[in-house]
Amino acid sequence: MSALLDIAGLRIRAGDSTLVSGLSLSLRRGERLGLIGESGSGKSLTALAATGLLPAGLAAEGSVVLAGRQVIGTPDRRLDRLRGTAVAMIFQEPLTALDPLMRVGRQVAEPLARRARRDGRPLSGAALQAAVLGLLEDVALPDPPRLARAYPHELSGGQRQRIAIAMALACKPDLLIADEPTTALDVTTQAEILALLDRLVRERDMALLFISHDLPVVANTVERVVVLRHGEAVEAGPVGETFARPRHDYTKSLLAAARRFDEALEGRP
Amino acid sequence: MSTVAVTTPPRRARRGSLTLWAGAALVGLHVLVGLLTLVWLPYDPTAFTGGRLEGPSLLHWAGTDRLGRDLFTQLMIGSRIALEVGTGAVAIGAAIGVTLGILAAFAGSWLDDALAATLDILIAFPTLLIAMLVVAASDTASLGSAIVALGIALSAIVARLTRILARRVLVTDYITAARTSGSSWPKIVLIHVLPNIWPTLSVNFALQFGLAVIAEASLSYLGLGAPPPNASWGRMLQEAQGTVYTAPLGAIAPGLALVSLAIGVNLLADGLRDRIDPTRSGR
Repeated sequence: MSALLDIAGLRIRAGDSTLVSGLSLSLRRGERLGLIGESGSGKSLTALAATGLLPAGLAAEGSVVLAGRQVIGTPDRRLDRLRGTAVAMIFQEPLTALDPLMRVGRQVAEPLARRARRDGRPLSGAALQAAVLGLLEDVALPDPPRLARAYPHELSGGQRQRIAIAMALACKPDLLIADEPTTALDVTTQAEILALLDRLVRERDMALLFISHDLPVVANTVERVVVLRHGEAVEAGPVGETFARPRHDYTKSLLAAARRFDEALEGRP
Repeated sequence: MSTVAVTTPPRRARRGSLTLWAGAALVGLHVLVGLLTLVWLPYDPTAFTGGRLEGPSLLHWAGTDRLGRDLFTQLMIGSRIALEVGTGAVAIGAAIGVTLGILAAFAGSWLDDALAATLDILIAFPTLLIAMLVVAASDTASLGSAIVALGIALSAIVARLTRILARRVLVTDYITAARTSGSSWPKIVLIHVLPNIWPTLSVNFALQFGLAVIAEASLSYLGLGAPPPNASWGRMLQEAQGTVYTAPLGAIAPGLALVSLAIGVNLLADGLRDRIDPTRSGR
């Protein structure tokens, strides 16, 4: 079976400065890959490049093949059909990832109706509404009929992120990209959201590209990791082996920092 | 009494609805009068029905002008014309301005710079001056040409505001989220960008409605607005100017009418904005 996402020799430039260089990674259906590194190491840019959504002014070179199609150099109009079918994305800050003036039920309904239309089985009216409520139930939101009528500012951070996940699931994607999906949440909510993602990815046999700087979270979520530093992949391998026996100094320093943090927590009276 | 205090709605919501109702009442009054002029008028606006420069009386509620025509009749017709001018000019200004503004926000690079610079130059000229140029360029002065001229003059302001607001919405995460889920640009403009810039735009439209009504009065005052027998408030002001010391009501009445409509539209827009925007209402 061919890879769902195949990135080879990706290079992202902003004018004269290179932000990501020589990055290669590949992901098959059902696989989970973690992309780790500190802020500014090019993790999020890589995710945006994978969907062809780099901000204006940034240029990508190399090859990004998503579901058998080359993304780099393909006009936006053709990529629109690929997005929301092959791939969907979850963002770090769920408040800004939702339209503040639209009821969340409608925000989930939009991608749901679009995917249904593309599949040739258009949904509308009561059937669409039922599908929305079903999705809200899938992401374990309480009282879906009431929540569907709420605006984003009326929900908690964890509830908003569940809505964002429901929106991504509505696309029925083969690949789910989660860009620091738990960073903006408190620790308890983090654990719930991670468990939810884990269950959904397994149930729906999706591939997961998980971006984070939180090593314990990554270790529990993915099978393989790629460690990014200054836009270059310094180390890649199975998550257990890489974290147990890091070869690169940068990976060692990341792990040491995480360990110091844990020790500080345990050392507390 | 404590029970009364508990059931009183939050102060903000109460003030919001008061604004809305006051605005609706003022605008509604003008709309009613405007509609009434289509079917009934106290006098023929061009007929000499009384003595010259009479004061208010039972026969002539607002007195008569220097030719003995009924002023109240002219004021009523003025309401209709002001509403036509305001609505028409804002509609034209919004159609041109929002389209240009959205295009500029999307265009990026040199096209955006070119549009932005053009708009800045246009805005540097007073609205009235641009409107006068447009009227002068058309063959004859008519109500229609005044409306189109004001609409074009207002569109530059709308376009620039739309461009700034839309650019701010376009960089938000929910637009990126909609893009990753496969929304096309036209759809994103329709369901995300326009609703999110609407609250600010609508208040601006209300301000411009008032601006257009006043500008039309100025155009009429200069003889470039609606020609007779269209009794616009501006023309009434112009005609009353020579007799303002002997019969001040001829100038005061159309002035008050103008101010009441402009204030009414602004209150109405403020109230509507508070009602529409879910993050502002005291739900």
